[in-house]
Amino acid sequence: MNRWGAAARPPLDRLLVREKDNTAESELFFRRVLIMVCAVFVGLLAVSGRLVYLQVLNHDRFTTLSESNRVRIQPLPPTRGFIYDRRGVLLADNLASYHLEVTPDQTRDLEGTLAVIKSRIALSDLDVDRFRKLARRTPPYTGVPLRFQLTDDEIALLAIDLYRLPGVDIKADLTRRYLVKSLGVHAIGYVGRIDETEMSKLDPGQYSGSTHIGKTGVERSYEDLLRGRAGYEQVETNAEGRPLRVLNRTAPTPGQHLHLSLDIRLQAVAEKALEGHNGAIVAIDPRNGEVLALASQPVYDPNPFVNGIEFSAYRKLNTSKDRPLLNRALRGVYPPGSTIKPLMALTGLQYGVVNRASGVFCAGVYRLPGASRKFRDWKRSGHGAVSLDRAISQSCDVYFYDLAVKLGIDRTKAFLDKFSLGRPTGIDLPGEKGALLPSPQWKQKVHKQDWFPGDTVSAGIGQGFFLATPLQLAHSTAVISQHGKVFLPRVVHATEDPGTRVKNRVEPRSAGTIEVKNPRFWDAIIGGMIHVVEGGTAHKIRSPRYRIAGKTGTAQVFTLGQNQSYNARRLAKHLLDHALFVAFAPVEDPRIAVAVIAEHGGGGSATAAPLARRVMDAYLLDQYDDKLDAGLKLVPEVQRDGLE
Amino acid sequence: MDWNNGRRVLGLIKLDWPLLLGLLAVSGLGLVVLYSAGQRNMDLVLGQAMRLGLGFAIMLVLAQIPPSHIRFWSPWLYLAGLLLLVAVMVVGDISKGAQRWLDLGVVRFQPSEIMKLAVPMMMAWFFADKALPPRWLPLLAGALITVIPFILIAEQPDLGTALVVGWAGAVALFLAGLNWFIIIGLAAVLAAVVPLFWTFVMHDYQRQRVWTFLDPESDPLGTGYHIIQSKIAIGSGGIYGKGWLNGTQSHLDFLPEGSTDFIFAAFSEEFGLVGGCVLLAMYFFIIARCLYMATRAPNTYGRLLSGSLTLIFFIYAFVNSGMVSGLLPVVGLPLPLFSYGGTSLVTIMAGFGMLMSVHSHRRNLTR
Repeated sequence: MNRWGAAARPPLDRLLVREKDNTAESELFFRRVLIMVCAVFVGLLAVSGRLVYLQVLNHDRFTTLSESNRVRIQPLPPTRGFIYDRRGVLLADNLASYHLEVTPDQTRDLEGTLAVIKSRIALSDLDVDRFRKLARRTPPYTGVPLRFQLTDDEIALLAIDLYRLPGVDIKADLTRRYLVKSLGVHAIGYVGRIDETEMSKLDPGQYSGSTHIGKTGVERSYEDLLRGRAGYEQVETNAEGRPLRVLNRTAPTPGQHLHLSLDIRLQAVAEKALEGHNGAIVAIDPRNGEVLALASQPVYDPNPFVNGIEFSAYRKLNTSKDRPLLNRALRGVYPPGSTIKPLMALTGLQYGVVNRASGVFCAGVYRLPGASRKFRDWKRSGHGAVSLDRAISQSCDVYFYDLAVKLGIDRTKAFLDKFSLGRPTGIDLPGEKGALLPSPQWKQKVHKQDWFPGDTVSAGIGQGFFLATPLQLAHSTAVISQHGKVFLPRVVHATEDPGTRVKNRVEPRSAGTIEVKNPRFWDAIIGGMIHVVEGGTAHKIRSPRYRIAGKTGTAQVFTLGQNQSYNARRLAKHLLDHALFVAFAPVEDPRIAVAVIAEHGGGGSATAAPLARRVMDAYLLDQYDDKLDAGLKLVPEVQRDGLE
Repeated sequence: MDWNNGRRVLGLIKLDWPLLLGLLAVSGLGLVVLYSAGQRNMDLVLGQAMRLGLGFAIMLVLAQIPPSHIRFWSPWLYLAGLLLLVAVMVVGDISKGAQRWLDLGVVRFQPSEIMKLAVPMMMAWFFADKALPPRWLPLLAGALITVIPFILIAEQPDLGTALVVGWAGAVALFLAGLNWFIIIGLAAVLAAVVPLFWTFVMHDYQRQRVWTFLDPESDPLGTGYHIIQSKIAIGSGGIYGKGWLNGTQSHLDFLPEGSTDFIFAAFSEEFGLVGGCVLLAMYFFIIARCLYMATRAPNTYGRLLSGSLTLIFFIYAFVNSGMVSGLLPVVGLPLPLFSYGGTSLVTIMAGFGMLMSVHSHRRNLTR
């Protein structure tokens, strides 16, 4: 690089390309390395300083710890919170029990130890299998449960040999107990032993010492609150790891008690009403979204699940065609049938395709313009001239076929979506299904088919692809009763600190208000729903003591041929229609909204409506079965200052 | 046969004697400690000796390869490493909860290990023909060279390796002459952003995790157990230690991972403050010697490569000893040349091989 050459460059190029100057760069590098040498020195000096701090200044303390050695950290699992109903009836508590724990690191010979234990007490292959799987997941210096629920005899047998089995301990713990057995199981859920997949996802610190975790229901969705926080103690142990002295203890924080919004008496009424049917009843307080009853039949007893249900019993539950483990209230999806008509009417009013005065002539049959396919009304002779009010109260299909076609599926979907149809309502329980509010895009994606005008017609009466859960129906009915005010449904009413017994009300979660163009639209559809009960399809459940607004529904399970007629007596039970009913009451100041679904129950007015009436009677007129109270000990544990 | 002849042959072998002796001394001591920490298990010691032998062999082979060859291969190794990292992301094997292995049928291997060498090589290659201190554009490119593998590795998640790779890139930038204003500016931005991030972006449980990470003793049921036991082991060692084979903490199994990540605690228990300081001094000697060799390198490539490889070695030693003594958060990095096992041993020795290559070929290089 000669000076002349550099000078000959055009100025712009000189700006962009600097020459490398190795000498200068070497010097720069040298300076930087000097800084790094200093940094390295300081870093290593800091570590030496730390060593001085530990080994000189705190030497005595650590020597003591090391000699008496053996400081072990023992987790102290927290006590799980209880579950009460809204009146303070105890639903779930904990019962003292004993389990056998083995710490692999402390046993001289794990296989030998297991063999000795096996020779003393009953130990199934399942127990050993699960033990090995868990042991692989946890550090070897922590105890792993081997057998749960030891009997007194077993404890005595083991106690004799305990001294020659290092690393084997009998541990006291608390087992979850569901006092009301199967009652409300679909809302309360149950806890079970932590399994391998759960273990890999959990925070090992928080769950060390814990053996159970909420699997379904409130037990699962409120797991973090119910569980509390683990404590621990530093224990000095002898060479075999047996505790001698507690050095330092951080107490566990017990879990919070939960007060459900469920009234267990109402739950019992609902479950009893449904007996003999598969189905669900959901009752909601429309003023705040609190779920008053969440029944799904059939039910099952959660208690055997706590410590591992026997395989044969589980298989029986799991393969039963009535599917008791299915939570129908949240996860059962059914065509809503005619129960959707008030909302369809509201949608029609909102978009101006119908009004309160206009009418349709129903001749019992509807045909799409230019098509031959007939859509029949449930009443073969037709309803004659029907207004919006009569269309709801008499459940005229032709009126809603016409309305749905005028609306089109996109507008229908957009508006009904506000009522949580086709998507989860957001209840505080796990596993809720969104069901299905169909759209042309969905059909194209799933069925690879175009949307036909006939699909819109069926959707108008809640048939075809349209599906909803009982919870969604109860929720949307509650929203109607409040003229569009939306509260997210929830089953937990308050939490309670177990130490101070201070209750914290879980505030209602409002999700805004559904606006309609004219507030009187609400009155129009509610008027129709009142006439359903007062002279309409559900006139038989009219009550002299309060006014009900409702809507019957009958959902087809079995599609008849074009010219066949439906004859219940000739069809097998599993082909019978689902019976549905939604209602709220009292009309003037709604305090309860109910949805009932009885699978294959036949007609909504004959089967489902009376069940809803029984639930509303119990709640509004305080008509409960005293025998039930006594039989199931459904009396509040202590009378507390109520939060209601 | 002829003494002079022998010297000449030895002179042809490219290596750096002071560095070699330092490395041999530390690894020798490491084997002695491992015998005690590993419960007098001779198989463990022999296995480690084999691994060390392999490491030294790789080092000596690499030392013979001229730096120009290494320089030529730098970008290709880097690109291959990046591709493998992406491959791990797509088809990697999950082991112990993290996705970092690539199963090649015969061997399973960790592409992130390559990056510990490839990032310094790539940085040195990239800045080799740039005027230093670097201007904005090269600076940005250099940052990208580091940040891309850093993110890929941190996503696996393998925090330890990500830290090493990020550190390698950062020191390469620093040694390249990164402007002080930028360094201070970055520090200031970081100081401003972190509290905002903490308050507004992070969830409660994430904050909790960071807390446990920074203060493991608040979680004595998890990682805190290791630290508590490790501090007892070190502290009970005192000034002169309990003597070889007399450490009770490690022998009674109270010290978890006593022969791998926490071997420094087992060593300090038996050899005390004196032993600990001697070991740290030996590490300092190795690092100082390597940095000296780096300043003697004839060109930018050699300087930057040697410098950042050396400081990778430093970060291993510093983070591990700091973690084990409870000075730093728990990051799973082994103590170099001491901890049992680990592919990282081979990587580190390969790094020393490249250092020796740069140093011993310096006279053959034309500027």
